[in-house]
Amino acid sequence: MTNAQQGPLRLGIDVGGTNTDAVLMSGNQVLSTSKIPTSPDVISGIGASVSAATAGHDVSRVDRVIIGTTHFINAVVQARSLAPVAAIRLCTAPASLPPFLDWPSALRAAVDGGVHACSGGYQFDGRLLNPLDEGEIGRVAQELDRTGHRNVAVTGVFSPLAGEQESRVAEILTDMLPGVSITLSHQIGRIGVLERENAALLNESLRPMAGQVVDGLADAIADLGISAGLYLTQNDGTVMSLDRARRYPITTIASGPTNSMRGAAFLSGLADAVVVDVGGTTTDIGLLRNGFPRESAVAKDLGGVRSNFRIPEVTSLGIGGGSVVHRDGDRLVGPDSVGFRLTSEALVFGGTVTTLTDVAVAAGLAVIGDPALAAHLPADLVRDALAEVNERIFDAVEEAKLSDADLPVVIVGGGAQLISPRTPPERLIRPTDGGSANAVGATLGSIGGEVDRIYSLAEQSRADALTDARDEAIKLALRAGARAGSVSIVDEEDIPLSHLPGGSALRIRVKAVGALDTAGSDQERTTSCV
Amino acid sequence: MRLIGEDELENIAVGSTILGAGGGGDPYVGKLLARQQIREHGPVTMVGLDELADSDQVCFVAGMGAPGVLVEKLPRASEAVRAVQLLQETTGVAITHIAPAEAGGLNAIVPFSAAALGLPVVDADGMGRAFPSLELVTPTLYGGLCTPLAMVDEHGNEMVLRSPSNQWAETIARNVTLASGCVTMTALYQMTGAQAKQWLVPGVLTQAEDLGRLLRESRAAHRDSVEAIVNHRRGALLFTGRVTAVRRANERGWTIGEATITGTGPDQGSSMELRFQNEHLVAVRDGVVVASVPDLIMAMEHETGEPIPAEEIRYGYRVSVVGLPCDHRWRTEAGLAIAGPRAFGYDVDYRPVEEIAARSEVDA
Repeated sequence: MTNAQQGPLRLGIDVGGTNTDAVLMSGNQVLSTSKIPTSPDVISGIGASVSAATAGHDVSRVDRVIIGTTHFINAVVQARSLAPVAAIRLCTAPASLPPFLDWPSALRAAVDGGVHACSGGYQFDGRLLNPLDEGEIGRVAQELDRTGHRNVAVTGVFSPLAGEQESRVAEILTDMLPGVSITLSHQIGRIGVLERENAALLNESLRPMAGQVVDGLADAIADLGISAGLYLTQNDGTVMSLDRARRYPITTIASGPTNSMRGAAFLSGLADAVVVDVGGTTTDIGLLRNGFPRESAVAKDLGGVRSNFRIPEVTSLGIGGGSVVHRDGDRLVGPDSVGFRLTSEALVFGGTVTTLTDVAVAAGLAVIGDPALAAHLPADLVRDALAEVNERIFDAVEEAKLSDADLPVVIVGGGAQLISPRTPPERLIRPTDGGSANAVGATLGSIGGEVDRIYSLAEQSRADALTDARDEAIKLALRAGARAGSVSIVDEEDIPLSHLPGGSALRIRVKAVGALDTAGSDQERTTSCV
Repeated sequence: MRLIGEDELENIAVGSTILGAGGGGDPYVGKLLARQQIREHGPVTMVGLDELADSDQVCFVAGMGAPGVLVEKLPRASEAVRAVQLLQETTGVAITHIAPAEAGGLNAIVPFSAAALGLPVVDADGMGRAFPSLELVTPTLYGGLCTPLAMVDEHGNEMVLRSPSNQWAETIARNVTLASGCVTMTALYQMTGAQAKQWLVPGVLTQAEDLGRLLRESRAAHRDSVEAIVNHRRGALLFTGRVTAVRRANERGWTIGEATITGTGPDQGSSMELRFQNEHLVAVRDGVVVASVPDLIMAMEHETGEPIPAEEIRYGYRVSVVGLPCDHRWRTEAGLAIAGPRAFGYDVDYRPVEEIAARSEVDA
């Protein structure tokens, strides 16, 4: 073994609905990978996966642990493990286009904890739209107390200009409702009341689960004797602290696809490609541009809910290694999946459910479990199921290309071997360690520096204020550990505030991002698997 | 005559964003308002201009204000309804049909949100696009009067305005809208069926629907969506690049500012500035105005052709800027006098976008 060598190690973890992947990296070298079924309690699966990946390595050299997870997006897509949220909108009542109006019905049923349109809001220039009626808020609090609601999202008209009313509502509710959790829209969203409100509602509905997941992650890593800094990947590929993830899980909602696409770029060495990530429950298909996932411009649906977050444009199909294969019906494969119970319920593991894994094993595409247990599957079912899967994935790949460009297709994920979409073989790439692309992508997490500050224009120009904000954001990214020379501005926005004392002011938001320092040396690689 | 239901509404919403030329207000908001009403009252009847009787009474129903405010201060369908009722109460003449003032953005859809009135919507508008001022409609070119104008806001304020000119109506109504908080609903330009047939731009809602459908189909077929729109409207691709700066403010009753786009691909080394007052007014390439009002200037997401309104354009977006020809009436002397570049303070001669397209082909 050569792992007595010097240099820090990075541990990447991806907690999926089916598998928990871990990868140990030194610089640009993958030292070891592991893939363990996600456990019902999440934590023991992480422990097992990390133990397998770090076996034989000195964990005290791990200086950074970065985690990505599809837990939050799966919760939204499947409308489960979400808390009901009371929506308070500060506006002119009755509200036009009230909260939850354009939500998918299943998601609304899970999240809608009542709608309260209350007097409040600001005008575009900071004047009051309506005064806050504290008595009215008090009555809402009493009702929430009576109905047992403890999760609240508050969204005021033009709150990004002036957040005082939202904050005051939070004070009143906190006083009256012990244990209440509140998301204030001005702390997470932009101009656009419907999109900001949706983000606040989803964020609050995810919080109880996010708390459990984050606690579980921290405990699992501590139990392994790893004391390195622990981070979660955000939607844009930058990392955030666990504490921030606990409060703003919505900002990590797309971390799974972001990580697997960046991991695919890294492992394949390709900057432009279509990435197909075949997991246990879903197959995600997206476009790589210059090494980064293509993001959606304009408003983007999160599980069918309109938001204005920047997230990778990914098509998610209900196809994975755990997908249930039906004997008839319009669709032979999925969207239901045995998920992490694959290793007990699939035929090749002695179970009774026919899964896509069993079909692939019967077709000779993979050797998993006991192939003899799938040998009895009818040849036409095997053929038709695989043809259907390949057809649907091929269609989505073509869709993702946007134009007819002859882009290579990179297949990654635990189920990569199960499929072979109709692509010329020379354009089809299956990188080494592609099964752990998501965990590899997590270790590539970049470092961001963000400024969100109000600048008075009394004594400086807008241009000067913007320059100052950019410089500050870059400085923050460098201080957080970004490599010098790699930092650039990725987002910038300013909102004029004409209502503040002194005449005119700007709220400026700037985000700078740089690469993590990846100093390290070549290492021997080891791989462990179950 | 045909019925407009939810499916037609979807396409109209996308297409009207293109005809909005950067403004007109977020059609998503309008779509939700109209969809609620269609679900409640059933599909809305839409008629062509040629189906109007000369004695019919038509008015525009339209939101007034700043698109950058509309996305926070959401208008209500009941305000559109009330504006028409207030106009009828004032004139004592029953309105038989309502029409969009502009085929761009939210205002293309506002008449459908007034479905509770039970009135048919006319497939025609007063612009063939969206413009930032009340008087910038084709009826003005024929001497049509904007007032009496009925205006309502979300607070319950109601106003009827009579003005000696459409320009005065714009000035007074804009200031009232500003005082109210920059979003109001109006009913205006009451006209007879005979006048509507002469004055209005025909078929614009169907055109918006066609654009929406074209965009969806060209995406599904992996054709270049931007090119598809440009060819369909015989316009020009003006620029391709990445948004590197946006300045935007809600000022004087409009959303005003500019977006700077740094060229990529064939436009590498150049930059373009889109200046907007609700709608895009001019496209300035390396300091030279290359397209202007009254033609339509629109930013679209480079790869999908998704139209991006001026109030939503953001740092980092990869966009194609296209120019689409306006209705022929805006290219007359009278049209250019009120809606040409000089009317907005740009001391340049108007050049039709098709000429820009033809010239760039010669250059190439």
